[in-house]
This record gives sequence, C-alpha cells and structure tokens, in this order.
Amino acid sequence: MDWQLLIVSGIKIVGFVFMAVLPLVALAVWAERRVSAAIQDRVGPNRVGPFGLLQPVADGIKFLLKEDFTPNHVRKGYYWLAPALVMVPALLTAAVIPFGSSIFGEPLVIADLDVGPLFVFAIASLTVYGIVLAGWASNSKYPFLGGVRSTSQMISYEISLGLSIVPLLMIYGELNLSRIVQDQAQNGWALLPLWGEGLSFKGFVLWIPVIISFIIFTTSMFAETNRLPFDLPECETELVAGYHTEYSSMKFALFFLGEYAAMIIGSGLAVTLFLGGWSLPFGWLSPESADAHVTWWQALIHIHVFFGKVIAFVLFFIVVRWTLPRFRYDQLMKLGWVFFFEIALANVVLTALLLMWFS
Amino acid sequence: MALVVERPKLKWWEHLYLPAIAQGFRITLGHFFKIVSGKKKVTMQYPEEKWDDHLPEHYRGAPALVTDEQDRERCVACQLCEFICPPRAITIQPEEIPSDDQWAKVEKRPREFDIDMVRCIYCGLCEEVCPEQAIYLRKDYAIIGLSREEMVHDKKRLYEIGGKRVGLVNKWNELK
Repeated sequence: MDWQLLIVSGIKIVGFVFMAVLPLVALAVWAERRVSAAIQDRVGPNRVGPFGLLQPVADGIKFLLKEDFTPNHVRKGYYWLAPALVMVPALLTAAVIPFGSSIFGEPLVIADLDVGPLFVFAIASLTVYGIVLAGWASNSKYPFLGGVRSTSQMISYEISLGLSIVPLLMIYGELNLSRIVQDQAQNGWALLPLWGEGLSFKGFVLWIPVIISFIIFTTSMFAETNRLPFDLPECETELVAGYHTEYSSMKFALFFLGEYAAMIIGSGLAVTLFLGGWSLPFGWLSPESADAHVTWWQALIHIHVFFGKVIAFVLFFIVVRWTLPRFRYDQLMKLGWVFFFEIALANVVLTALLLMWFS
Repeated sequence: MALVVERPKLKWWEHLYLPAIAQGFRITLGHFFKIVSGKKKVTMQYPEEKWDDHLPEHYRGAPALVTDEQDRERCVACQLCEFICPPRAITIQPEEIPSDDQWAKVEKRPREFDIDMVRCIYCGLCEEVCPEQAIYLRKDYAIIGLSREEMVHDKKRLYEIGGKRVGLVNKWNELK
C-alpha cells in the first residue's frame, strides 16, 4: 500500500472536486440566474449576501429542509438510485482533468491516465442511466417521455462528441490530457496556434479541422448536458419538468447539481482539449517540458488560469441558454445524425489526409 | 381558395444557423451589458426605493374621507358610494346630526364608515359618485394588516389618511 499516493490523491480529490468543482456548481447556479436576469433586463437574486452570492447556500438549505416526498406509484429502489447515478459520473470524470501544471513536483491531476478522453466518455455516458432510471422508475408519463427522449438524444450525440475529438487526438498523437496541455502550452493552443510549432504552415492548415471539431464538440456537449437549445428531456412546455417531475427536495437537487457539474466538467474538458488547459497564451510562465520544475507561484497562476477559462466557458454556456430557442425533436435528431455525424467522420478523414501530406 | 404563404428562400449561409446565432448573441449580450454597466435601469429595489415620488397624478391608492376648511366632515352619509361600490367594500351607518350642532342643517353624517381594504379594488367609483366630494383615492398603496379586522379602515383611520381638503365645493360653508 502506497500511503503517500493515497494521501496526495485524497488531498487532490478533496481540493479539486469538493473545494473547487462543487463551489463552482453553486457559483454557476448563481451566475445562471444573474446573467439570465441581466439579459432579460431584470435584477436576479441580489439579497442573500453580497451581490446575492450566498443565494445557492439559501437554496441548499431550502432543499435540505423540504419534505423528501416519494410518491406511492414509483419503483422505490431505482427511484432512489437515479439521482445518484446522475451526480456521480459527472464528478468522476473530474479525475482526469488536469487543473494545473504541478506543485512541489506533484502533477495537478487526480489520475494521470493515458486514456483521458476515453475515460471521460466512458464514465460520462453512464449519466444516461440515471436519467433513464429516473424516467422509468417514476412510473408516470411525463418523466417516462423525458427519459426516453434523453436516452436517444444522449446516445446520438455521444457519437459525434467522440468522433469530433478524434482529429485532435490524431494531431497530438496523444491520449494523456496532461501531456496534451503541455504540448499546447509550448506549441500553441488548438484554437490559437500562434506560437511555437503551431506558428507554421502546418499549424495553420490543421486549424481548419480543429475549428470544425470545436464547433461539433461544443454543440454536442450542450446536447450531452441536456442544456438549451437541446433540453428536450425536461422541456417545460411539453413535459412539465421531464425526467425529474416526480422528484422533490434533495433528490431533485442532485439532478440539478449533476447537470451543472456535468456542465463544468464538460467545460473543463473543452478548455483542456481546445483552449490550452492551464497554460497562458504565448507560452508565458509555461514549463519547458512535462518534467520541468514549476515554482509554487507559477503553479498557483496556472490553477487560476484554468479556472478562469472554465468560468468563461460556463458563462458561454449560460449566455447560449438564454439566447437560443429549443430545437424541435426531429431537428435535433437530424442535426445529430445527418449533419454532425457525417461532418465529424469527414473531419477525421480530412485530418488524416492532411497529416499524411505533412509527414 | 387556399392561401399560399410564401416561404422565404434561405441563402446557404442562413441554412448554417451561425449568422442567426450571432445575431441572437448581439441582442442578448447587448441587453446584458446595458444592464450590467448601469446604462439602463428597469427594476426598482422595493423596500429601499419606493414609488412615492414616482407615482403619477392619476394614481388610485387607498380611498379616504376628507374634511373641509372648518374641519367639518364632508360626508353626509348619502350612501351612494356604498351602493355603487362593486366589491361592496364600504359599509356606512348614518346618524342624524343633533339640532344643537353647529352643522345641524346638514342633517346627516356617518356614525360608522368602514372600508374593507381586503375587498377594495381601487376602482375609484366612490370618488366619482360622491356628490359632496367627501371621499378621495389617495396615493397610499402599502395597506397591510395581520388580520382581516386590521384591514378594515374605520372612520377615524379614513380621516387620518384623508386629512383636510380645501378649495372645493362650499355648499355648507357659512362664511360664504
């Protein structure tokens, strides 16, 4: 038993998941309400604490104190299991996201897996079980319809989500997220190849497939996290609240938190893959190689840069939600299967041809 | 004859959705930055900022009774307001003015004048119908109470809200 590894991992898990991601979830809920309010010329919650920042705390207390009602007609076991199955995978995927370079020689990632993106997709697709079980176990028609919609939507978009990052992985020749970020720190972010080796004819040409990947990846991420414009599983106008109609109190809160946690981890993955993770642009303050020594204040800056980027991406998620109307279901399926699937496949072939041409 | 609605022919870039999305962002972010930078202000923060200074002239708040220049109560208990009141919020018990009173020639006055503010719909018909110009809708809008009884304004409270009003009809004015 390697005690040191256990303790360090424990600190990283507590530090990243419980002291960074979960507060970020609360912050995202607050930001969602304030930003949507500003977009609609309202004020939003501004009473609890400075700028209403403690509003999520008040919401949490409310959720905990509310009656935890279980209807008689539900399948109890699955009904209780479903909220956990939504929340847990979202947090599990945090394990492979590098949230900083390294501090005191310790890489700032909980599990430095060599199959990072695969792990994320494998675990993130478990979320669909939570939603399906919620819809099925509720034993009522609206949750059922929401669950069914969610299943087909998530399975459809998982394909284009997975395929969209294949070109990127081909360009990096790497599946380890930490090394991908290190590579981007030295040779230009995927979306901003303006320094290092990225600033070349090759980098410029490879920019085209990367941008296509980014658009498909981001859109699929919206669909995967059940956010507007793809929030058909909960679609208030048609399905009351979709799969969580029958849930109340903390069980409902878990669905809510799971959705936001998935959004934050998804943003983290997008930032890691496309926007250079924890690295500053133009290689400022970046270590020379993966093993190079990083001073503690540089590491702190890297952590802040990572979270700054994640917050910016989450804000983008929020603004999109309050800008775009919901798709119709057939449009959603058409977009997923007819456009994104084909474009993502073609993008893989295009990237392969370009890489062959350059090698 | 069937009406044929012409569908607009979309250009290829319009089919891409992306220009429409950009337009949408321009609108939402425009609103966002206008509100955040404080250039535009819509909401009034209620308990700190109140409507008091911003109420329009024609605002209809709580109905109240008024007295005239000589502190005589204008109401002569004709009960027209009681009859016209659509939600029947007004209850009047008239009484005769004793003959030794200064205003004995007015003959009648209300002994009790209750307005149930739970029922009142602030329509202003009482003000409109009153032949003596004795009842007015004031600008008080925050009418609160912890019970139904507290929400009934009696005569004393109504004169408190209404106060004195001068320069109106001087039908009973002896100084005239």
